[in-house]
Amino acid sequence: MGKTSSSWLKGFFAVLKKDLQSEFRTRYTLSALFMFALTTLVIVSFSLGVMEIDPGLHAALLWIIVFFASMAGMARSFVKEEEAGTRLALRLSGRIEFIFFGKLLFNLLMLMILLLVIGPLYLIFMLPPLESYFVFSLVLFLGAVGISGATTILSALVARAASRGTLLPVLSFPILLPILFTSINATRLLFSGSGFGGIHSDLLFTLSYSVIIITISFLLFGFVWEE
Amino acid sequence: MLAKVFLGVAMSVVIYAAFFYAPSAMGLGEKSRIIFFHVPLAWVGVLAYLVSMVHAIKFLKTRDLYHDRMGSFNSEMGVVFTILATITGAMFAQAAWGVYWNWDPRQTSIFVLLLIYGAFFALRSALEEEETRARLSSVYLILAFFSVPFLVFIVPRIYSSLHPDPIINVEGSLNMDSKMFQVFIASLFCFTGLYFWIYNLNSRLIKLKARSGGDELE
Repeated sequence: MGKTSSSWLKGFFAVLKKDLQSEFRTRYTLSALFMFALTTLVIVSFSLGVMEIDPGLHAALLWIIVFFASMAGMARSFVKEEEAGTRLALRLSGRIEFIFFGKLLFNLLMLMILLLVIGPLYLIFMLPPLESYFVFSLVLFLGAVGISGATTILSALVARAASRGTLLPVLSFPILLPILFTSINATRLLFSGSGFGGIHSDLLFTLSYSVIIITISFLLFGFVWEE
Repeated sequence: MLAKVFLGVAMSVVIYAAFFYAPSAMGLGEKSRIIFFHVPLAWVGVLAYLVSMVHAIKFLKTRDLYHDRMGSFNSEMGVVFTILATITGAMFAQAAWGVYWNWDPRQTSIFVLLLIYGAFFALRSALEEEETRARLSSVYLILAFFSVPFLVFIVPRIYSSLHPDPIINVEGSLNMDSKMFQVFIASLFCFTGLYFWIYNLNSRLIKLKARSGGDELE
Protein backbone atom coordinates (compact mmCIF):
# COMPACT_ATOMS: atom_id res chain seq x y z
CA MET A 1 0.00 0.00 0.00
CA GLY A 2 2.71 2.41 1.06
CA LYS A 3 4.71 1.57 -2.02
CA THR A 4 1.83 2.09 -4.45
CA SER A 5 0.87 5.41 -2.94
CA SER A 6 4.45 6.63 -3.06
CA SER A 7 4.79 5.63 -6.74
CA TRP A 8 1.50 7.42 -7.36
CA LEU A 9 2.84 10.58 -5.85
CA LYS A 10 6.06 10.23 -7.81
CA GLY A 11 4.33 9.94 -11.17
CA PHE A 12 2.00 12.72 -10.33
CA PHE A 13 4.72 15.10 -9.22
CA ALA A 14 6.82 14.20 -12.24
CA VAL A 15 4.12 15.61 -14.54
CA LEU A 16 3.71 18.65 -12.34
CA LYS A 17 7.44 19.23 -12.19
CA LYS A 18 7.82 18.92 -15.95
CA ASP A 19 5.06 21.48 -16.49
CA LEU A 20 6.48 23.86 -13.94
CA GLN A 21 9.93 23.59 -15.49
CA SER A 22 8.70 24.33 -18.98
CA GLU A 23 6.57 27.13 -17.57
CA PHE A 24 9.58 28.54 -15.81
CA ARG A 25 11.48 28.60 -19.11
CA THR A 26 8.82 30.10 -21.32
CA ARG A 27 6.51 31.79 -18.80
CA TYR A 28 3.76 31.46 -21.34
CA THR A 29 0.83 30.61 -19.08
CA LEU A 30 1.66 33.11 -16.40
CA SER A 31 2.26 35.96 -18.80
CA ALA A 32 -0.98 35.23 -20.65
CA LEU A 33 -2.87 35.10 -17.36
CA PHE A 34 -1.30 38.23 -15.96
CA MET A 35 -1.41 40.42 -19.01
CA PHE A 36 -5.03 39.56 -19.63
CA ALA A 37 -6.06 40.12 -16.04
CA LEU A 38 -4.05 43.29 -15.67
CA THR A 39 -5.39 44.80 -18.89
CA THR A 40 -9.01 44.16 -17.99
CA LEU A 41 -8.50 45.35 -14.43
CA VAL A 42 -6.88 48.57 -15.63
CA ILE A 43 -9.69 49.18 -18.13
CA VAL A 44 -12.29 48.64 -15.41
CA SER A 45 -10.49 50.82 -12.92
CA PHE A 46 -9.76 53.49 -15.52
CA SER A 47 -13.36 53.82 -16.62
CA LEU A 48 -14.93 53.62 -13.18
CA GLY A 49 -12.32 55.46 -11.12
CA VAL A 50 -12.99 55.49 -7.42
CA MET A 51 -16.69 55.80 -8.00
CA GLU A 52 -18.80 54.19 -5.32
CA ILE A 53 -20.36 51.19 -7.01
CA ASP A 54 -22.82 48.53 -5.99
CA PRO A 55 -21.34 45.39 -4.28
CA GLY A 56 -23.06 43.23 -6.89
CA LEU A 57 -21.28 45.12 -9.64
CA HIS A 58 -17.95 44.78 -7.83
CA ALA A 59 -18.40 41.03 -7.57
CA ALA A 60 -19.42 40.68 -11.21
CA LEU A 61 -16.45 42.74 -12.45
CA LEU A 62 -13.97 40.79 -10.34
CA TRP A 63 -15.22 37.43 -11.59
CA ILE A 64 -15.40 38.55 -15.21
CA ILE A 65 -11.71 39.45 -14.95
CA VAL A 66 -10.86 36.13 -13.29
CA PHE A 67 -12.94 34.05 -15.70
CA PHE A 68 -11.58 35.46 -18.94
CA ALA A 69 -8.01 35.66 -17.68
CA SER A 70 -8.10 32.03 -16.63
CA MET A 71 -9.56 31.06 -20.00
CA ALA A 72 -6.62 32.76 -21.71
CA GLY A 73 -4.14 30.89 -19.52
CA MET A 74 -5.77 27.47 -19.17
CA ALA A 75 -6.28 26.95 -22.89
CA ARG A 76 -2.55 26.37 -23.23
CA SER A 77 -2.10 23.43 -20.90
CA PHE A 78 -2.71 20.74 -23.51
CA VAL A 79 -2.29 22.79 -26.67
CA LYS A 80 1.38 23.21 -25.85
CA GLU A 81 1.85 19.43 -25.84
CA GLU A 82 0.14 19.26 -29.19
CA GLU A 83 2.22 22.05 -30.69
CA ALA A 84 5.54 20.84 -29.37
CA GLY A 85 4.70 17.32 -30.52
CA THR A 86 5.20 15.96 -27.03
CA ARG A 87 1.70 14.57 -26.56
CA LEU A 88 2.67 11.11 -27.69
CA ALA A 89 5.75 11.06 -25.46
CA LEU A 90 3.69 12.18 -22.49
CA ARG A 91 1.12 9.49 -23.24
CA LEU A 92 3.72 6.79 -23.36
CA SER A 93 5.54 7.85 -20.24
CA GLY A 94 2.74 8.40 -17.78
CA ARG A 95 -0.51 6.83 -16.65
CA ILE A 96 -3.59 8.95 -17.26
CA GLU A 97 -4.15 9.48 -13.54
CA PHE A 98 -0.77 11.18 -13.24
CA ILE A 99 -1.33 13.30 -16.28
CA PHE A 100 -4.82 14.40 -15.33
CA PHE A 101 -4.03 15.29 -11.75
CA GLY A 102 -0.63 16.72 -12.63
CA LYS A 103 -2.19 19.08 -15.16
CA LEU A 104 -5.03 19.86 -12.78
CA LEU A 105 -2.66 20.83 -10.01
CA PHE A 106 -0.51 22.84 -12.41
CA ASN A 107 -3.57 24.78 -13.58
CA LEU A 108 -4.67 25.32 -10.00
CA LEU A 109 -1.22 26.61 -9.03
CA MET A 110 -1.15 29.04 -11.95
CA LEU A 111 -4.62 30.28 -11.08
CA MET A 112 -3.70 30.71 -7.43
CA ILE A 113 -0.63 32.76 -8.33
CA LEU A 114 -2.85 34.90 -10.52
CA LEU A 115 -5.42 35.39 -7.76
CA LEU A 116 -2.69 36.17 -5.27
CA VAL A 117 -1.84 39.20 -7.38
CA ILE A 118 -5.17 40.15 -8.89
CA GLY A 119 -7.18 39.87 -5.66
CA PRO A 120 -5.13 42.48 -3.75
CA LEU A 121 -4.80 44.65 -6.86
CA TYR A 122 -8.55 44.69 -7.27
CA LEU A 123 -8.96 45.71 -3.63
CA ILE A 124 -6.39 48.48 -4.04
CA PHE A 125 -7.71 49.82 -7.32
CA MET A 126 -11.44 49.52 -6.73
CA LEU A 127 -11.71 49.80 -2.92
CA PRO A 128 -14.70 47.56 -2.33
CA PRO A 129 -15.77 47.47 1.34
CA LEU A 130 -14.42 44.26 2.84
CA GLU A 131 -14.48 42.92 6.39
CA SER A 132 -12.58 39.67 6.35
CA TYR A 133 -9.61 39.13 4.06
CA PHE A 134 -9.41 35.48 5.07
CA VAL A 135 -12.94 34.67 3.92
CA PHE A 136 -12.35 36.63 0.72
CA SER A 137 -9.27 34.50 -0.03
CA LEU A 138 -11.30 31.38 0.71
CA VAL A 139 -13.93 32.42 -1.84
CA LEU A 140 -11.23 33.08 -4.44
CA PHE A 141 -9.50 29.79 -3.67
CA LEU A 142 -12.66 27.71 -4.03
CA GLY A 143 -13.48 29.51 -7.26
CA ALA A 144 -9.99 28.65 -8.54
CA VAL A 145 -10.49 24.98 -7.60
CA GLY A 146 -13.74 24.92 -9.56
CA ILE A 147 -12.36 26.72 -12.59
CA SER A 148 -9.23 24.61 -12.86
CA GLY A 149 -11.18 21.42 -12.16
CA ALA A 150 -13.59 21.98 -15.01
CA THR A 151 -11.16 23.44 -17.53
CA THR A 152 -8.48 20.73 -17.31
CA ILE A 153 -10.47 18.18 -19.32
CA LEU A 154 -11.94 20.87 -21.56
CA SER A 155 -8.51 22.18 -22.53
CA ALA A 156 -7.58 18.61 -23.44
CA LEU A 157 -10.69 18.49 -25.65
CA VAL A 158 -9.91 21.84 -27.21
CA ALA A 159 -6.34 20.83 -27.99
CA ARG A 160 -7.65 18.43 -30.62
CA ALA A 161 -9.97 20.96 -32.26
CA ALA A 162 -9.32 23.32 -35.13
CA SER A 163 -10.24 26.63 -33.48
CA ARG A 164 -8.30 26.18 -30.28
CA GLY A 165 -8.14 29.65 -28.84
CA THR A 166 -11.75 30.67 -29.04
CA LEU A 167 -13.40 27.40 -28.17
CA LEU A 168 -12.43 27.07 -24.51
CA PRO A 169 -14.49 29.95 -23.07
CA VAL A 170 -17.48 28.80 -25.13
CA LEU A 171 -17.22 25.25 -23.85
CA SER A 172 -16.45 26.04 -20.25
CA PHE A 173 -18.94 28.83 -19.63
CA PRO A 174 -22.03 26.62 -19.29
CA ILE A 175 -20.18 24.12 -17.12
CA LEU A 176 -18.61 26.80 -14.93
CA LEU A 177 -21.78 28.83 -14.60
CA PRO A 178 -22.96 27.23 -11.33
CA ILE A 179 -19.54 28.03 -9.82
CA LEU A 180 -19.52 31.59 -11.17
CA PHE A 181 -23.07 32.04 -9.92
CA THR A 182 -22.28 31.09 -6.35
CA SER A 183 -18.85 32.76 -6.30
CA ILE A 184 -20.31 36.04 -7.51
CA ASN A 185 -23.08 35.74 -4.95
CA ALA A 186 -20.61 35.02 -2.13
CA THR A 187 -18.37 37.91 -3.17
CA ARG A 188 -21.35 40.25 -3.37
CA LEU A 189 -22.40 39.27 0.15
CA LEU A 190 -18.85 39.74 1.42
CA PHE A 191 -18.65 43.20 -0.12
CA SER A 192 -21.94 44.14 1.48
CA GLY A 193 -20.69 43.32 4.94
CA SER A 194 -21.53 39.71 5.71
CA GLY A 195 -19.02 37.28 7.17
CA PHE A 196 -18.37 33.56 6.83
CA GLY A 197 -21.76 32.63 8.27
CA GLY A 198 -23.62 34.45 5.52
CA ILE A 199 -21.84 32.80 2.64
CA HIS A 200 -21.09 29.33 3.88
CA SER A 201 -23.91 27.70 1.87
CA ASP A 202 -22.52 29.27 -1.32
CA LEU A 203 -19.06 27.96 -0.49
CA LEU A 204 -20.44 24.51 0.22
CA PHE A 205 -22.20 24.50 -3.13
CA THR A 206 -19.05 25.57 -4.97
CA LEU A 207 -17.03 22.90 -3.23
CA SER A 208 -19.48 20.07 -3.89
CA TYR A 209 -19.97 21.07 -7.51
CA SER A 210 -16.19 21.17 -8.01
CA VAL A 211 -15.83 17.70 -6.51
CA ILE A 212 -18.53 16.34 -8.83
CA ILE A 213 -17.00 17.95 -11.93
CA ILE A 214 -13.47 16.81 -11.07
CA THR A 215 -14.68 13.25 -10.48
CA ILE A 216 -16.56 13.08 -13.77
CA SER A 217 -13.66 14.70 -15.63
CA PHE A 218 -11.31 12.13 -14.21
CA LEU A 219 -13.58 9.27 -15.26
CA LEU A 220 -13.93 10.69 -18.77
CA PHE A 221 -10.34 11.80 -19.22
CA GLY A 222 -9.24 8.40 -20.52
CA PHE A 223 -11.51 8.78 -23.54
CA VAL A 224 -10.03 12.15 -24.41
CA TRP A 225 -6.47 11.09 -23.91
CA GLU A 226 -6.46 7.78 -25.80
CA GLU A 227 -5.23 7.14 -29.36
CA MET B 1 -49.52 3.12 -39.10
CA LEU B 2 -52.17 2.62 -36.43
CA ALA B 3 -49.99 4.35 -33.87
CA LYS B 4 -49.55 7.37 -36.14
CA VAL B 5 -53.30 7.71 -36.72
CA PHE B 6 -53.89 7.36 -33.01
CA LEU B 7 -51.26 10.01 -32.25
CA GLY B 8 -52.78 12.40 -34.78
CA VAL B 9 -56.28 11.99 -33.34
CA ALA B 10 -55.05 12.24 -29.75
CA MET B 11 -53.05 15.37 -30.53
CA SER B 12 -56.08 17.03 -32.09
CA VAL B 13 -58.23 16.07 -29.12
CA VAL B 14 -55.64 17.50 -26.72
CA ILE B 15 -55.43 20.77 -28.63
CA TYR B 16 -59.21 21.06 -28.70
CA ALA B 17 -59.53 20.11 -25.04
CA ALA B 18 -56.82 22.58 -24.03
CA PHE B 19 -58.99 25.42 -25.27
CA PHE B 20 -62.55 24.21 -24.73
CA TYR B 21 -62.64 21.40 -22.18
CA ALA B 22 -60.20 22.39 -19.45
CA PRO B 23 -61.14 25.32 -17.23
CA SER B 24 -58.70 28.19 -16.84
CA ALA B 25 -56.67 28.29 -13.64
CA MET B 26 -57.74 30.52 -10.80
CA GLY B 27 -55.85 33.79 -10.68
CA LEU B 28 -54.09 33.34 -13.97
CA GLY B 29 -57.15 33.30 -16.21
CA GLU B 30 -57.11 32.25 -19.83
CA LYS B 31 -53.37 32.60 -20.19
CA SER B 32 -52.91 29.55 -17.97
CA ARG B 33 -53.83 27.39 -20.97
CA ILE B 34 -50.29 27.71 -22.24
CA ILE B 35 -49.30 25.13 -19.62
CA PHE B 36 -50.73 22.41 -21.89
CA PHE B 37 -48.09 23.23 -24.49
CA HIS B 38 -45.26 24.89 -22.62
CA VAL B 39 -44.61 22.19 -20.03
CA PRO B 40 -44.71 19.22 -22.47
CA LEU B 41 -42.32 21.06 -24.78
CA ALA B 42 -39.88 21.67 -21.95
CA TRP B 43 -40.25 18.07 -20.78
CA VAL B 44 -39.53 16.69 -24.26
CA GLY B 45 -36.55 19.04 -24.54
CA VAL B 46 -35.00 17.70 -21.34
CA LEU B 47 -35.90 14.14 -22.35
CA ALA B 48 -34.11 14.57 -25.67
CA TYR B 49 -31.04 15.84 -23.85
CA LEU B 50 -31.14 12.87 -21.49
CA VAL B 51 -31.44 10.45 -24.41
CA SER B 52 -28.55 12.14 -26.20
CA MET B 53 -26.40 11.66 -23.11
CA VAL B 54 -27.38 7.99 -22.98
CA HIS B 55 -26.33 7.66 -26.62
CA ALA B 56 -23.04 9.39 -25.81
CA ILE B 57 -22.34 6.85 -23.06
CA LYS B 58 -23.29 4.01 -25.41
CA PHE B 59 -20.96 5.40 -28.04
CA LEU B 60 -18.02 5.44 -25.66
CA LYS B 61 -18.79 1.84 -24.72
CA THR B 62 -19.44 0.36 -28.16
CA ARG B 63 -17.66 2.83 -30.53
CA ASP B 64 -20.59 2.44 -32.89
CA LEU B 65 -20.98 5.65 -34.92
CA TYR B 66 -24.73 5.09 -34.98
CA HIS B 67 -24.86 6.22 -31.36
CA ASP B 68 -22.84 9.31 -32.14
CA ARG B 69 -25.27 10.32 -34.86
CA MET B 70 -28.24 9.61 -32.65
CA GLY B 71 -26.66 11.62 -29.83
CA SER B 72 -26.09 14.56 -32.10
CA PHE B 73 -29.58 14.27 -33.59
CA ASN B 74 -31.17 14.15 -30.15
CA SER B 75 -29.28 17.26 -29.12
CA GLU B 76 -30.61 19.03 -32.18
CA MET B 77 -34.10 17.95 -31.30
CA GLY B 78 -33.54 19.02 -27.70
CA VAL B 79 -32.53 22.46 -28.95
CA VAL B 80 -35.66 22.77 -31.10
CA PHE B 81 -37.99 21.78 -28.28
CA THR B 82 -36.15 23.94 -25.75
CA ILE B 83 -36.38 26.97 -28.03
CA LEU B 84 -40.12 26.35 -28.39
CA ALA B 85 -40.45 26.04 -24.62
CA THR B 86 -38.47 29.28 -24.17
CA ILE B 87 -40.70 31.11 -26.63
CA THR B 88 -43.94 29.89 -25.07
CA GLY B 89 -42.49 30.71 -21.66
CA ALA B 90 -41.63 34.23 -22.77
CA MET B 91 -45.15 34.66 -24.12
CA PHE B 92 -46.54 33.64 -20.76
CA ALA B 93 -44.10 35.94 -18.98
CA GLN B 94 -45.27 38.85 -21.10
CA ALA B 95 -48.91 38.07 -20.33
CA ALA B 96 -48.48 37.37 -16.62
CA TRP B 97 -45.56 39.56 -15.51
CA GLY B 98 -45.53 42.22 -18.21
CA VAL B 99 -42.09 41.49 -19.65
CA TYR B 100 -40.88 38.87 -22.10
CA TRP B 101 -37.58 38.33 -20.35
CA ASN B 102 -36.52 39.20 -16.81
CA TRP B 103 -33.79 36.64 -15.98
CA ASP B 104 -36.04 34.68 -13.74
CA PRO B 105 -34.08 31.61 -12.49
CA ARG B 106 -36.14 29.42 -14.80
CA GLN B 107 -35.32 31.59 -17.77
CA THR B 108 -31.67 31.67 -16.79
CA SER B 109 -31.48 27.91 -16.51
CA ILE B 110 -33.17 27.26 -19.84
CA PHE B 111 -30.91 29.83 -21.47
CA VAL B 112 -27.82 28.07 -20.13
CA LEU B 113 -29.24 24.77 -21.33
CA LEU B 114 -29.31 26.24 -24.83
CA LEU B 115 -25.76 27.55 -24.37
CA ILE B 116 -24.49 24.08 -23.47
CA TYR B 117 -25.79 22.61 -26.67
CA GLY B 118 -24.66 25.60 -28.69
CA ALA B 119 -21.17 24.88 -27.35
CA PHE B 120 -21.64 21.21 -28.21
CA PHE B 121 -22.33 22.04 -31.85
CA ALA B 122 -19.41 24.49 -31.92
CA LEU B 123 -17.14 21.71 -30.68
CA ARG B 124 -18.47 19.27 -33.29
CA SER B 125 -17.88 21.70 -36.11
CA ALA B 126 -14.30 22.32 -34.92
CA LEU B 127 -13.36 18.63 -35.03
CA GLU B 128 -12.71 17.25 -38.46
CA GLU B 129 -11.91 13.60 -38.07
CA GLU B 130 -15.10 11.59 -37.63
CA GLU B 131 -13.99 9.21 -34.91
CA THR B 132 -12.32 11.93 -32.84
CA ARG B 133 -15.35 14.16 -33.25
CA ALA B 134 -17.65 11.41 -32.03
CA ARG B 135 -15.43 10.58 -29.07
CA LEU B 136 -14.73 14.10 -27.86
CA SER B 137 -18.23 15.43 -28.36
CA SER B 138 -19.60 12.43 -26.45
CA VAL B 139 -17.30 13.30 -23.56
CA TYR B 140 -18.50 16.90 -23.62
CA LEU B 141 -22.13 15.86 -23.74
CA ILE B 142 -21.77 13.68 -20.65
CA LEU B 143 -19.80 16.35 -18.80
CA ALA B 144 -22.26 19.08 -19.68
CA PHE B 145 -25.26 17.05 -18.69
CA PHE B 146 -24.11 17.05 -15.09
CA SER B 147 -24.71 20.76 -14.78
CA VAL B 148 -28.28 20.36 -16.05
CA PRO B 149 -29.75 19.03 -12.79
CA PHE B 150 -28.20 21.97 -10.95
CA LEU B 151 -29.67 24.43 -13.37
CA VAL B 152 -33.10 22.87 -13.83
CA PHE B 153 -33.86 21.58 -10.37
CA ILE B 154 -31.65 23.30 -7.82
CA VAL B 155 -31.11 26.90 -8.95
CA PRO B 156 -34.84 27.72 -9.36
CA ARG B 157 -35.46 26.42 -5.85
CA ILE B 158 -32.63 28.33 -4.18
CA TYR B 159 -33.24 31.67 -5.82
CA SER B 160 -36.84 32.83 -5.65
CA SER B 161 -38.64 32.35 -8.91
CA LEU B 162 -41.92 33.69 -10.22
CA HIS B 163 -42.41 30.56 -12.27
CA PRO B 164 -45.64 28.70 -11.43
CA ASP B 165 -44.56 25.29 -10.25
CA PRO B 166 -47.43 22.87 -10.33
CA ILE B 167 -45.63 19.66 -11.31
CA ILE B 168 -42.99 18.96 -8.74
CA ASN B 169 -43.52 21.78 -6.32
CA VAL B 170 -41.96 22.02 -2.90
CA GLU B 171 -44.57 19.86 -1.16
CA GLY B 172 -44.50 17.35 -3.98
CA SER B 173 -48.26 17.65 -4.42
CA LEU B 174 -50.45 18.71 -7.28
CA ASN B 175 -52.76 21.66 -6.97
CA MET B 176 -54.59 21.36 -10.22
CA ASP B 177 -58.18 21.08 -11.23
CA SER B 178 -58.98 17.49 -12.21
CA LYS B 179 -60.11 18.42 -15.73
CA MET B 180 -56.98 20.49 -16.22
CA PHE B 181 -54.94 17.61 -14.93
CA GLN B 182 -56.48 15.16 -17.42
CA VAL B 183 -55.66 17.40 -20.37
CA PHE B 184 -52.22 18.13 -18.98
CA ILE B 185 -51.28 14.46 -18.64
CA ALA B 186 -52.77 13.64 -22.03
CA SER B 187 -50.74 16.42 -23.58
CA LEU B 188 -47.56 15.14 -21.92
CA PHE B 189 -48.22 11.69 -23.36
CA CYS B 190 -48.94 13.05 -26.83
CA PHE B 191 -45.80 15.16 -26.99
CA THR B 192 -43.72 12.26 -25.69
CA GLY B 193 -45.30 10.08 -28.39
CA LEU B 194 -44.43 12.68 -31.00
CA TYR B 195 -40.87 12.67 -29.75
CA PHE B 196 -40.53 8.93 -30.00
CA TRP B 197 -42.04 8.98 -33.46
CA ILE B 198 -39.39 11.45 -34.67
CA TYR B 199 -36.74 9.44 -32.81
CA ASN B 200 -37.78 6.21 -34.49
CA LEU B 201 -37.93 7.77 -37.96
CA ASN B 202 -34.47 9.21 -37.65
CA SER B 203 -33.00 6.08 -36.15
CA ARG B 204 -34.19 4.10 -39.18
CA LEU B 205 -32.90 6.77 -41.52
CA ILE B 206 -29.44 6.68 -39.95
CA LYS B 207 -29.31 2.89 -40.13
CA LEU B 208 -30.37 2.93 -43.79
CA LYS B 209 -27.77 5.54 -44.69
CA ALA B 210 -25.06 3.60 -42.91
CA ARG B 211 -26.06 0.46 -44.81
CA SER B 212 -26.14 2.21 -48.19
CA GLY B 213 -22.46 2.98 -47.96
CA GLY B 214 -21.74 5.21 -44.99
CA ASP B 215 -21.94 8.51 -46.85
CA GLU B 216 -21.53 11.80 -45.01
CA LEU B 217 -24.48 12.47 -42.84
CA GLU B 218 -23.70 15.88 -41.51
